[in-house]
Amino acid sequence: MSSMISAGTTAAGGAIPQHHHVRKGRIVISKVTPAKLWLRSVLAVLVFFTLYGFLTIDTAGADLPASFVQTVRYFWIMFTSPRAVASHFGMSQSAGGFPVFLSAVKVLGITLALAFLSTLTGGVVALVLGLLAARNLTNDRISNTIKGIVAFIRAVPTVLWVLIFAIGAGLGAVAAVIGMSFHTVGHLMKAYSESFEELDEGVIEALRASGAKWPHIIFQAVMPSSITSILSWTFIRFEINFAVAVAMGAAAGAGGIGFNLFMSAGYFFDIREIGYITLMILVVALLMEVIAARLKKHYQPDAL
Amino acid sequence: MPQLHVKNLTKYYKDVLALSDVSFAVEKGDFVGIIGPSGSGKTTLVRCINRLITATGGEICLNNDKNILEMNRSEIRKARTGIGMIFQHYNLVDRLTVIENVLHGRLGYKNTVSGVFGHYTEGEKRKALEVLGLLGLDEHVYRRCDQLSGGQKQRVGIARALVQEPEIILCDEPISSLDPGSSKKIMDYLRKIQSELGITILVNLHQVDVARTYAKRILGFNNGKLVYDGPSELLTTERIQEIYGKEAHELILN
Amino acid sequence: MNLYSTSLPKETVWYFIRKRIGFFLVLSGFIIIAAGSSRLTGFSLIDAFQAIPRVVSWMFSNLIPDKRAFERLPRILEKLWDTILMSVMSSVTAAVFAFGFALLGSVTTKPNNFFAVFSRATASINRNIPVAAWAMIFLLTFGQSSFTGFLALFFASFGFLTRAFIETIDETSISSVEALRAVGAGYSQQVMQAVMPSAMPQMISWVLYMIEVNIRSATLVGLLTGSGIGFMFSIYYKSLQYKSASMVILTIVVVVLLIEYISNSVRRRIL
Repeated sequence: MSSMISAGTTAAGGAIPQHHHVRKGRIVISKVTPAKLWLRSVLAVLVFFTLYGFLTIDTAGADLPASFVQTVRYFWIMFTSPRAVASHFGMSQSAGGFPVFLSAVKVLGITLALAFLSTLTGGVVALVLGLLAARNLTNDRISNTIKGIVAFIRAVPTVLWVLIFAIGAGLGAVAAVIGMSFHTVGHLMKAYSESFEELDEGVIEALRASGAKWPHIIFQAVMPSSITSILSWTFIRFEINFAVAVAMGAAAGAGGIGFNLFMSAGYFFDIREIGYITLMILVVALLMEVIAARLKKHYQPDAL
Repeated sequence: MPQLHVKNLTKYYKDVLALSDVSFAVEKGDFVGIIGPSGSGKTTLVRCINRLITATGGEICLNNDKNILEMNRSEIRKARTGIGMIFQHYNLVDRLTVIENVLHGRLGYKNTVSGVFGHYTEGEKRKALEVLGLLGLDEHVYRRCDQLSGGQKQRVGIARALVQEPEIILCDEPISSLDPGSSKKIMDYLRKIQSELGITILVNLHQVDVARTYAKRILGFNNGKLVYDGPSELLTTERIQEIYGKEAHELILN
Repeated sequence: MNLYSTSLPKETVWYFIRKRIGFFLVLSGFIIIAAGSSRLTGFSLIDAFQAIPRVVSWMFSNLIPDKRAFERLPRILEKLWDTILMSVMSSVTAAVFAFGFALLGSVTTKPNNFFAVFSRATASINRNIPVAAWAMIFLLTFGQSSFTGFLALFFASFGFLTRAFIETIDETSISSVEALRAVGAGYSQQVMQAVMPSAMPQMISWVLYMIEVNIRSATLVGLLTGSGIGFMFSIYYKSLQYKSASMVILTIVVVVLLIEYISNSVRRRIL
């Protein structure tokens, strides 16, 4: 075999070709590229910070092994014997399991409603801004200004927006929806404008050539061709906003199932009720994930 | 004695029949072209031979050795070292250099640790350089594979198969992603490997005319069945019609 | 011939009518759900529109750090540093576990279907329990500390990263792994020689993204578990010291933008 290859090489003119490097008598096979160096340094930095973090983290004197064992036990209780206390859901002590479940579903509905309202409000605003931010539809200055403002809005965590608006509008749905809409706008504007930018330049050109005005182009060409991707992005954001709404209920008094979770964990210390609530949230979230995965398969917006 | 023996090979994907009772034998040093419409089982057949896909039933023997379908994990690894494979999409690790990709062909011979860390012997490296020279790639030894053209990538793929020192090379539509110029070059290299190195070539092709030009023997598949097995000279228009059915008309017109 | 005077074929007319009806049905569906949601939650669009200008003008007069806020800066920065560390730690630790699970779960590298289903199911459950719920659970067992925050972020990141890594592995290395199987390479060789070099840059990019997300989530987790920068904010907020609270917000904004900038430029260089 080897001799046959050599025969071939001789025909090509010589033994092994000369375009290779030798270091310490060994043939070099890999190449150190800037990308590789960057990758390694990033890895090194991340690992260093992580190890440093573990050495210095504040555990408030908790007995870690015991706490871990306790956590596993709690998880077992949460998932094997969940139950809700009737009075925590506004029912009388004598209420049966099913009425309590229904009233818990209603509380879950509040969370879903908050998520829906902020997705809708944020989506409408994002649609307008997305049109203004798409590079093929406006000039760079408008596009960059909007993207800059949105980057700032996104840098403030949602919970802080909700708390800020709670000062002026009181703790509750109004502050929660406004605050949650902010990040929704940031996320969806980027997604929408990118799907607008995917529109073939030629289509816009053709319509412009036929004398169409900007609004005509938007409603006759841009919207129809991006509507499916807009809808699936919006649903994906709705899925995210559900989790955010749970968090806002817990951390910013926005109501809904998140608030009940906060009460069970922070005041009643009732692990079985935490299990009950977590399972309800989990079921809804899993259901939405399945729908989102289907939509994603259909319309394939890039990951996330 | 034939080098490769396939007997009653059958493959089901769940309930869908992909290969139906296929039997044939290949002599050492043959150049065999496999043709047929898309979904006729060509790709499945080629992948069954080195068990990238496990067939449902039948027998595949190389050099009268043990049936490949009955081999255990380590036996199949060993058998694969003797079978090279070339893919339609080259299947290279794009971010590694050309020579690193070629040396991957040696992994089947190496122990776990040295393979995992990519430690190759000087002999293996010299062999890789030799093969790269043979394929006209000696100037690209340290290029990252994502910087190569399609034709060059496929030559790296061939080089990876050659450093395995295989007795047989399986090619799964090696030129389907290439322009006509690069396609011809790749087919010429395959012919050279067959004629000068005496390695058996089994090649899946989409283009009937290319198959007729290069292969001495043609296997025609339709709907999972082997419907033609004979020399390429006897592949008449009627035969092509039999293999391709409705698609044949367009093929012949082209 | 006058193009406009000829009457349209019936199908064409119907097509446009149907399209319009469909549009209005969807629109009214949305409006009904929105109205129902507003009733259920007590949300009012009018209140919201009135609140926005009021709050924004209030922000400009009250959310400006004063001298006292600057005196508190060192303490704030110290907590901010804890928060950054917490985010990096949780992202990196989660990435290590996620890589293992992704190898089990991806189509390319799964050892068998049992492990694949197990890995995907674990990740999915993890991901779908909101970070707030994780925080509340660990608050019960580990008490009020940064470590509790770390655990909450770790579990929420782990599920997300596992899914992201599975997709990355399947996208970047399915073909090269097949080639290595064909030459007779073993499992660990396939992972180290094909999966690692192909998927690593993309995976690091996901970890950087996770750090960005976690810095924002850390504020929320901090509010719930009494740790890091979130706790700092809640102290000032609850004692109505808004000018100091605004200092906290500003530092968070700076850090988030800075980390976004760093990770974007790193991403450009490694991909």
